[in-house]
Parts: sequence; C-alpha cells; structure tokens
Amino acid sequence: MTSLQVAAISLAIASVFGLAGAAAKLSSSRVARGVVDVYTTVIRGVPELALMLMVFYGGQTLVNYLVQRAGGEYIEVPAFAAGVLTIGFVFGAYMTETFRGAILAIPKGQMEAAASIGMTRSQVLLRITLPQMIRHAIPGFTNNWLIMIKATALVSIIGLDDMMQRAGLAAAATRQPLDFYLAAAAIYLAITTISILLLSRVEKRFSLGVRKVEFK
Amino acid sequence: MIAPHVLLAEDITKRFGQTEVLRGVSVSAKPGDVIALIGSSGSGKSTFLRCLNLLERPNGGRIALKGEALELAPDRDGAMNASDPRQLRRFRSRIAMVFQHFNLWAHMTAERNVTEGLTVVLGLNPGEAIERAQHYLQKVGVFHRKDAYPAHLSGGEQQRVAIARALAMEPDVMLFDEPTSALDPELVGEVLRVMRAVAEEGRTMIVVTHEMSFAREVSSEVVFLSKGVVAERGRPDEVLLKPQTERLQAFLANSLK
Repeated sequence: MTSLQVAAISLAIASVFGLAGAAAKLSSSRVARGVVDVYTTVIRGVPELALMLMVFYGGQTLVNYLVQRAGGEYIEVPAFAAGVLTIGFVFGAYMTETFRGAILAIPKGQMEAAASIGMTRSQVLLRITLPQMIRHAIPGFTNNWLIMIKATALVSIIGLDDMMQRAGLAAAATRQPLDFYLAAAAIYLAITTISILLLSRVEKRFSLGVRKVEFK
Repeated sequence: MIAPHVLLAEDITKRFGQTEVLRGVSVSAKPGDVIALIGSSGSGKSTFLRCLNLLERPNGGRIALKGEALELAPDRDGAMNASDPRQLRRFRSRIAMVFQHFNLWAHMTAERNVTEGLTVVLGLNPGEAIERAQHYLQKVGVFHRKDAYPAHLSGGEQQRVAIARALAMEPDVMLFDEPTSALDPELVGEVLRVMRAVAEEGRTMIVVTHEMSFAREVSSEVVFLSKGVVAERGRPDEVLLKPQTERLQAFLANSLK
C-alpha cells in the first residue's frame, strides 16, 4: 500500500509543479520562464535515482541548516515526505512539458473569443483552457504516471517500506528472489494496467466533440 | 453633453516592435451605423478592430462606449492597458466580436457556445440562457444543429453559431473581423445574408471585410485604411464608385479582378 500512497501523493505534487511550471513557461515574465527552463532542463537530464538521493540527503541537510540557523533543534525529515516530495518534484518537470504542450495545442482564438465577451482570466482558464487541455494532456500524463509508479520502487533505497523493500526482504529471507520479484512485478503491472484503462476513459470523456472527425 | 456615439475610437496608434501598424486611426459609430473597414492585407484594419476591445493593446488613443471613456494607462513597454479590469470586462461584454476563424469552443455544443457567455458573464440563469440562445440560433438558421459540436459543423454553420453567440450578448456594437475570409466560396453567401439581416435590424456594426458588394450595399460608411492611416472615408457609393486617391483606385481595381 505504501507504494500506491507514494505514487498517488507524488502525482498530486507533480501535477501542481507541472501546472505551475507550464503557467510560468507560457507567462510573459522572463524571470519565471528562465527559472522553469533551468528546472525542466536539469531535472529531466539527471537520473531519478541520483536526484532522489541528492534531494533526500541534500534536502535533509538544507532543512536542518535552515532550522538550526533559526535556532531550532535537529529534525529528521520523514522518509515518506522526502520520497513523495522528491518524486513529485522530479516528475513535475515532465508534467510541465506535458501541460505546456497541451495548452499550446488549444487554438489561441478560443481563449480570445472568451476574453472578448468579458470573461475573467480565471473563467477563461477554468471553462475554456483546462477542459481542453486535459484532453491534450492525457496521453503524456499517462506516460508520466506509468513511469512514476515504477519510479516509486526507488523509494526503497531511502528506507521507505514500499513494495520493493518488502519483496527484497522476503526474497532474502526465503532465498526465492524470483518468486517475490515476480509477484512485485505482477502487482506493478496490475496497477499500471488499471491506470491505463481508467485514463483512456477519462480521455474519451474529454474528447466530446472531437472523436468522430478523426479518420472517417 | 454626451456624444450620440455608440463607439468612439480616436487617434489609435499601434506599434509592433519598430513597425508602426496604426498611425492615428479614428472611427465613430452612431446607433445603427454599419462601418466597413477595407484595405489591403497589412493595412492595419484587423489590428485596429482588435484594439477596440483591447485584444490588441494600442500604444495610444482613446476609446469610449456610449459616452463612457475606457480608462487606459500605458505600461512599461508603452502599450495601453485597461486600468480597471472590471470596466474592461463590462466594455467587452457590450462589444461582441465575430472572428475570421470562428473561434467556437471546440468542447461545447453549438447551443452551449451561445449560453456560456450568457450564464458566466451576464449572469442569466440556465433556463433564460437556453431560451435566448435558441432564439438567436433560430435567427441565424442553425437551430437544427444546436446539439452538434463545432467540429461537425460546416464553416458557414460555425460562423453563424459564432454570430449567434455574439448577438445573444445583445451588445451595443458588433465587431466582425473578416468573417467570410476563411470560408469556402459557396458558404460565404449564407454568412453574408445573416450579417445583412443583422444590419437591417439596426444593429451597430464595424466590419473588416474584403466583400466589396457587402460594403457597397450594406454599410453606411466605408473606411479605407492604407499603411496605418485612413486614406479615404465616406459614404459607400462615393468612396467605392468615385475613389479619390490613387491607392484606393489601385486597391479597388485589384479586388474587383
């Protein structure tokens, strides 16, 4: 269950980072664009495992440095929080690109039409941009999610009691590594398969008005 | 005293980088006026139209709707922004626009395209909005397509839905930005007929168009833009039949070919 929790919460965090990142990349602020460019370039260019260890140990050190400067006591960052934050932060970079592309895929004229009759920016975003962005984002989002579920296996490295950790322990205790790793793999496959089915339904739901015109 | 203008735009200027696209263009529309903006591509006519509802931010000039001035303030780059977003939204809801590429919302049915602004911007309840939407869809002749999504409509139908969407706002003035330029030739007629009917109801319209027959037969004033300035303006029969400037003569000769 820990693996699923890690994945679900990481997804939420990654989506928030992704939406904010996409907004920044498409904004007119040069600073915001620069910061997010660095974020997506660096994060996507470094292996998740390296990042995970860096953010986990580095983040731990940084947090304590800040806390101690503020006169606080040493604190141990919980492995769960560190894990989901790291995965969320890393996959936020991928989500940023997914969401950015999805927003760009919507003809700009539709947003203009909404603004031209007096909608507020947030009304345009919620009623015109987001519903259509979801459709464009689903394929990339699904990819990110699948890779992310598998990336949760990495949290066992930082001592989190996830599925891989347990499979490893069981394999070591029973000396039947194949059985336990196969079981773990099967569970991952089940989760990802269910995800694919669910997300393709979401895609259909948000493709009203487009579906029938493709390849008649 | 308040001028009897519905929409007044004075001395609008616009730069894109170093290029001056508009160099002081003014237009005033009285109730029931149909003003046709003509000119070759690059003359600035669409940019001017888009400045009127601030889809494009002018670098200078004044805009007033029914005697109320839109409050504008220049930002760092020298482009004008509305100082009061609420006022801008109120203006926009009174100035409806029809676009070259229709710009219908692809994820909504024809009817929903029309009701959306009514419920969200004007605050009508859903029942009233649907009733009003159906009335205007009927008016432009696409009521039978109300449950279709834009992708399943012909270009002419899409543009008529877009006109219904603008009409349903019951605006003070309607802007048309080359409404027939993206249509197949055989679909142009149905859209022009609807626009003509709208004009005959006495609605105030500003139309950027390449349809010279529409300009000649329907408009009350023709404004010929060239290189960012008004080169010639006046009653359609005078301007189109007896052009004074060489530029307009050349333009008309080319567009009649």
